[in-house]
Amino acid sequence: MLIPHIVKPRPDTGLNNGKLGIWLFLASEVMLFGALFATYLMLRMGASDWPVGTTYLNPVWAAINTIVLITSSVTMVMAWAMSAKRNFNMFRVYMLATVALGFVFMIIKYIEYSEKFHHDYYPSKHVFLAIYFTLTGLHGLHVLGGMVVNAYFALFGKKHYDQDPEWFTNRVEHSGLFWHFVDLVWIFLFPILYLL
Amino acid sequence: MGKSHTEISRHIRVYLVVFGALLVLTAATVGAWKLEFLSAGAAIGLALAIAICKASLVALYFMHLSAENKMIYWLLALTFLFFLVLLLVPVMTAFDVVSN
Repeated sequence: MLIPHIVKPRPDTGLNNGKLGIWLFLASEVMLFGALFATYLMLRMGASDWPVGTTYLNPVWAAINTIVLITSSVTMVMAWAMSAKRNFNMFRVYMLATVALGFVFMIIKYIEYSEKFHHDYYPSKHVFLAIYFTLTGLHGLHVLGGMVVNAYFALFGKKHYDQDPEWFTNRVEHSGLFWHFVDLVWIFLFPILYLL
Repeated sequence: MGKSHTEISRHIRVYLVVFGALLVLTAATVGAWKLEFLSAGAAIGLALAIAICKASLVALYFMHLSAENKMIYWLLALTFLFFLVLLLVPVMTAFDVVSN
């Protein structure tokens, strides 16, 4: 037996259950990252001396990663558009491109972290590095989670798509909302941590 | 969703325009950081203003909030309110000075 209202909207909310569910989840994510942003603000305001991002970080890597994530957001919406247009092959191309860009983001993050550790820049060295590793580490985990879900849809989604393309397209839209949220968080992390 | 092919093609054109705008705004973020005559406060304000513009574009067009259900708007308004409270707490501590 299937959960009702997963394709067509519920009459009372005007939304399908999946969409309401993902937005409620994203609301909780806003609070999670919000708490960490508030922590950053509190630490920065309370510190007598706060380093500019470039003291420890390389903004070039972060700028490249910003472009990578923005591009992945475009490939993600294109994947949804192709699924909505009932073109599964192109959906798969765009979805795999999204996963590949997520992979590029993670490789750059790995290079960045390796550089920090090479210079003995550990979270224990300075409170700035502690909040940097916490925020970017949590964000990186979100990228990884999004990549797993997107890869699942790209590699194993054909059967589901053939059975019910509208439901499948809704699920792609929901995973896309999560992916764009991850992009949104990075849009704020980039200037706050690396440039200011 | 049940959108027509024409409607989706129109969406795709918008996505590409937004993509271009996001790239320009990313360049502007880096450019603003290079402006050495800006004070620290002005630099923070400018960087956050650009970040808010970028985030709005992503939310409005990629997350389809420009044409979303009313319930989502209410949900997000409530979330935004609690988010503001979270951010205001550390700011309030700055005024909580113990006088001698």
